[in-house]
Amino acid sequence: MSEQSHKFTQLDFAPLDHREDHESIARPSLSYWQDAWRRLKQNTRAIISMYILIALALFTMAGPLLWQVDASRQDLNQTSQAPGFVRQALIVPAYKRWAAPVDQAIPKYGDLLPEELASAQGLTAAEPPNTQTVRLIWEPVPGAGGYSIYRNTRPPTSMQDLGLPLSSVDTGNKHGYEDRLNLKAEEYFYSVVATDGFDEAAVFSTLQLRPQLAITHKDALERDLSNNPQPGDEVSLAFHPLGTDYLGRDMLARLMEGARVSLFIGVLAPLAFVIFGVAYGGFAGYVGGSIDNILMRFADFVVALPFLLFMILFKIAFGIGPGESGIIPMLVALVLLSWPATARLVRGQVLQIREQGYIDAARLMGASNHYLIARHILPNTMGVVLVTLTFAVPMAIFTEAFLSFIGMGVAPPTPSWGSMCNAGVKTMLAHPHELILPAVLISITVLAFNLFGDGLTEALDARMRGRE
Amino acid sequence: MIRYTAKRILSGIVTIWFITTATFLAMHAVPGDPLMNDKAVSEEIRRNLEARYGLDKPLSKQYVIFISNMLKGDFGISFTQQNRRVNDIIREHFPVSAILGILAVVIAALGGMLWGALTALYRNRLPDITIMFLVILGISVPGFVFAATGQLALVHLNAMVGTTVLPVAGWGTFTHMLMPALVLGLGTMALLTRLMRTSMIDVMGEDYIRTAHAKGLSAQRIFLRHQLRNAILPVVTVLGPQIAAITTGGFVVEYVFAIPGLGRYFVQAVQQLDYTVIMGTTVFYGAFLVLMVILVDILYGLIDPRVRLST
Amino acid sequence: MNFLPKNVAMSPSKQASTRETYQRLINSNTEMRGVYVTSRTKEFQVSIRSMTSFLKYCGLLCLLLPVCVQAAVSSEARTIMIALTEEPPQLNSMKATDQVSIFVLGHLMEGLVRYDRRGRLVPGVAESWDVEDLTYTFTLRKDARWSDGQPVTARDFVFSWRNTLDPVTASEYAFILYPVKHGEAINKGKRPITELGVVAEDDRTLIVTLERPTAYFLKLCAFASYLPVREDVVRAKKDRYAADADDFLMNGPFRLEEWVHGASLRMVKNEHYWDRDNIYLNEINAAYVTSDTRARLNLFLDDKIVYTSLDGDTYKDALSNQLRIRSFTTGSVFFLEYNHREDRATANLNLRRAIQHAYDPDEMVNKVLATPGNLTGVSVFPVWLDGIEGKFRDEFPAPIADRNIPRAREYLAAAKRELGGTIPPLVLLVSDSPTATKQAEYIQGELLNNLGLDIRIDKQIFKQRLAKMTSGDFDIVGAGWGPDFDDIMTFGDLFASWNLNNRGRYSNPRYDEQVRTAMNSVDPATRMRAMSKAQQILFDDAVVLPQYEQGVIYLLHPKLRGVVRRVTGVDPDFTRARIIQ
Repeated sequence: MSEQSHKFTQLDFAPLDHREDHESIARPSLSYWQDAWRRLKQNTRAIISMYILIALALFTMAGPLLWQVDASRQDLNQTSQAPGFVRQALIVPAYKRWAAPVDQAIPKYGDLLPEELASAQGLTAAEPPNTQTVRLIWEPVPGAGGYSIYRNTRPPTSMQDLGLPLSSVDTGNKHGYEDRLNLKAEEYFYSVVATDGFDEAAVFSTLQLRPQLAITHKDALERDLSNNPQPGDEVSLAFHPLGTDYLGRDMLARLMEGARVSLFIGVLAPLAFVIFGVAYGGFAGYVGGSIDNILMRFADFVVALPFLLFMILFKIAFGIGPGESGIIPMLVALVLLSWPATARLVRGQVLQIREQGYIDAARLMGASNHYLIARHILPNTMGVVLVTLTFAVPMAIFTEAFLSFIGMGVAPPTPSWGSMCNAGVKTMLAHPHELILPAVLISITVLAFNLFGDGLTEALDARMRGRE
Repeated sequence: MIRYTAKRILSGIVTIWFITTATFLAMHAVPGDPLMNDKAVSEEIRRNLEARYGLDKPLSKQYVIFISNMLKGDFGISFTQQNRRVNDIIREHFPVSAILGILAVVIAALGGMLWGALTALYRNRLPDITIMFLVILGISVPGFVFAATGQLALVHLNAMVGTTVLPVAGWGTFTHMLMPALVLGLGTMALLTRLMRTSMIDVMGEDYIRTAHAKGLSAQRIFLRHQLRNAILPVVTVLGPQIAAITTGGFVVEYVFAIPGLGRYFVQAVQQLDYTVIMGTTVFYGAFLVLMVILVDILYGLIDPRVRLST
Repeated sequence: MNFLPKNVAMSPSKQASTRETYQRLINSNTEMRGVYVTSRTKEFQVSIRSMTSFLKYCGLLCLLLPVCVQAAVSSEARTIMIALTEEPPQLNSMKATDQVSIFVLGHLMEGLVRYDRRGRLVPGVAESWDVEDLTYTFTLRKDARWSDGQPVTARDFVFSWRNTLDPVTASEYAFILYPVKHGEAINKGKRPITELGVVAEDDRTLIVTLERPTAYFLKLCAFASYLPVREDVVRAKKDRYAADADDFLMNGPFRLEEWVHGASLRMVKNEHYWDRDNIYLNEINAAYVTSDTRARLNLFLDDKIVYTSLDGDTYKDALSNQLRIRSFTTGSVFFLEYNHREDRATANLNLRRAIQHAYDPDEMVNKVLATPGNLTGVSVFPVWLDGIEGKFRDEFPAPIADRNIPRAREYLAAAKRELGGTIPPLVLLVSDSPTATKQAEYIQGELLNNLGLDIRIDKQIFKQRLAKMTSGDFDIVGAGWGPDFDDIMTFGDLFASWNLNNRGRYSNPRYDEQVRTAMNSVDPATRMRAMSKAQQILFDDAVVLPQYEQGVIYLLHPKLRGVVRRVTGVDPDFTRARIIQ
């Protein structure tokens, strides 16, 4: 066209061939969902969240297949174990009662005042100490009427700092003590103080020892730790990569099972009440009139119920039978109390959409009610619904955690992240892993759902088209 | 406007009736017996106790009695504290929860606005990322974890300073309220920060800001007069419902910080199956929520003429 | 229902619910994140700076605010601060049943007798007493006074005891007054309250006639239900008696100065108390009410309270803070109680014996409870009970079933045969406390591993557990019993067929026989021998599975002396505590 010396020919005035595609759209045609997906993909945070959610789903569903450990199997030899490697333990014969030595030549009750009493001499372990039992003996203190035994994890500095008061022996001639209290393979400082039967002497003697990690022969057999284990052998204990809880149950397995509970409640409850809410709200909005009015009044009532108060009431009203986990009552209570919000939201949307020009246009072109609902109204409410769903998930997970906190969560031994957190918060200084692991999982889940929800909102909103 | 208000109040009353009925039914559906205690008692004593609380009458009769007493403003006597009226319990403990809730919302609102504005100003830079990370932590960690760690932090703070900077637990002075209110408001603060951030970013793109700059207004003036004010509006509208939600949701904090709020009484009452206290607190809280919603609606009506017109 | 005009109901924006509005706000705001905004950070530096300085100012203000929180111990004022685990539900001594109320009452009131720091009975309001057969004659002190200065008279006791037994009062502890003549009949409405065997001869003489010989009657007189109550105050306050600090009178070492419900109780020295010269403390301020052990430990660490108990979760923190931990055995016994009703599998003796031999309470105590102070349970009769001369446990050692899995399995096989081939799943009813939950999980695991029994845990809140216990809706229930008074009978009649607290409905005439023998005798040897036979029957029939005798570990302020721990009555007792320099 730019050529200046252009001469028109006949051809220039001849009509072009009729081409079918001259009004075609050069760019690919995108449906609403394709377009939303395209925009979602551009949102890095949402995509990362999506991958996290997929990973969580895998952790929950495929995890137990890979890590086949029974989540409720207790291991009292390894309670509250921090994450770590396989540990070796000595096999010892079955526990037999031990009677502390009693010196019959010495009177039971001494006649000395507490301040006159000497410290116990010859404090030693009667047998090699292990985590099944530590047996202490000492020489009787002349004139004593009893002894107090303490245990500490660091050297005692004074009488005020002897540590855990294990027990007291109430006669002066019994000069031994057996400690089985929650023994771990760590450095212990045992202190013995003579008493007059009531009050303690001013001096103490201390013994430092480190019990060897041990497991009874019976336990080793039951747990199938090695072929034909014999007392005296060393075996590797069951491996707990993420440590154990207060009953020695495997944290990894519990986290997986807890995920099933938490995500079950967290996903299914919102799903259920959103579906119900959509049906209810959609129906009310579409029908309109006095039916709509009545339905929405009822929804208003339910919204007005104080949520947490009723959650607790409903939860116990449904009751948990013996052996039941109590997940279903919690689910039902959540659904019963949460649907109206979605219903109202959807109804509002439907009311708006119903008045849109394209609905009228479709109706004019003879579209049936079914077609209108399925093709126009429902898909257009989906955006709002999906977003509600992603924000409802964290709410449900938190509600479950809160109920666990006040002791109304799922029934034991079923774990949930909430109940694990609650158990962990009590020991957060001594065994931080019991709190941190479930708390981090809750955080990640809530966060992922939130960010994914954000991304979804942006992606699904038609107004956002072409803004980038 | 008056007609609109009257209607809202009328519907509120019906809603409260609904709450009352629902609570009554749910509570009586709970298995268990409020009159039972550690020590078993004889038949005669039991009958006397039942008569005292009207439990010997059929359920429908009990319902009628409860409603008529409620209309007289009487919720009855507590089952566990047999010489205290439920009215007294609510009167003495609700203000505690309310003060705590309001303070929590104030802290949350101030904090939320401040952090939200900061993140918007430093969008996608270090302060923004740090604060947003904290915000995310705020929404994604259960409240009881915060409560426990918050209290522990106070112990360490006091030990470090060597004197009581803030009390670890208890109730009485303003200093007692700070930490619990902060813990209670943390979740809300996080949400408000998010809201404020987006709201600020919206406003910063508006034409009137550009106009203000073009007019040569000082940055500070634009920030305070135009941006902050306009960005705060959507944040303020959620405050009302948040106060109600926080006031009713303070169990955990009340428990950990030894605060004599109504929430703790409710949880205790449920565990003890204290019928009268359960009824009293639920109905009261329900009425409180309804009132809050009505207030917010009426306020909307005052602010937004469209609502007013359509009545 | 249709009371709103249509246009209102139709418009979605107006009746936006709280949650919905909020949701929409989030949505509408997040939508616009994509809007591109030029960064004008520099221009806002000024405002940011002013904001930060404002913040600094706020922080300073907080630090400067006067913090007037009392320390745990004040030597000059002779004041100590404590925490209560819950608000005392009932300070009316005629109705009080729970530990916290009885703890507070123990500081505010005094009965005819009281326990001293070595656990011996010493005169209280009564300065002396004579015992003649079934008649006890108490002579009251001249100087025993109420907190309003009026003397404590014999009539105050008569009024209180009659009222407690009056069925109209419906006191749960009425049974503890049954040893007084006609007590039980009055409580069951069969006699008027005026016929109770207690008479005020004059202001200072109280004559009590007993129903039958009761070896421990004097010990009962120290119990809360036996405390005096002033009639005129009850008449004046009616339903509100003891509802607030000024709604009742006290006759003990302290009086209730201020009671802020749910928050604090301030007890100050009672200037009218007869033994006021031996009361060192001027004030005990229970300024905190929380059952959260960690919160109380934090308060202790912050030097705000003088005493707190610890649990398995918190004692390690106390240790790492170099605090001296003390331990004490509370005297309560915890056991698994079987349901002996005929339609239950647990009615089968062999099944119970199988469990008896498969389960080791020692391991539970050491590894599950894992706190010092708890003793492994071997009998329903705890170790502290007095026997004939020494301790009952020493004189009549409890029979012990050692863990023996093969033998347990033999019993189980026998049980299976008798029950028709299989053992149905057993319901283990437990309370909702964390410790109970832990134990239940452990028992479940043990019985599954050792016997292959299917145990279903039924965790219920307090009242529901009680309802299920009473109606017999369980197979095994985690139960406990705390002593009401310092005598073997507080545990002895627990499984008698007539005892309403025997929720498993165990019934054995031979056991009942022994209980009757012990109840009707005042001779220690007869009583203890009968109880030892009862102990053997309980073991042979595997009626219950003893778990542990409860112990507590606790922290006490190092400046405090003379705090007494007791198995029965006021515990811990701060009344005669002293502060050292």
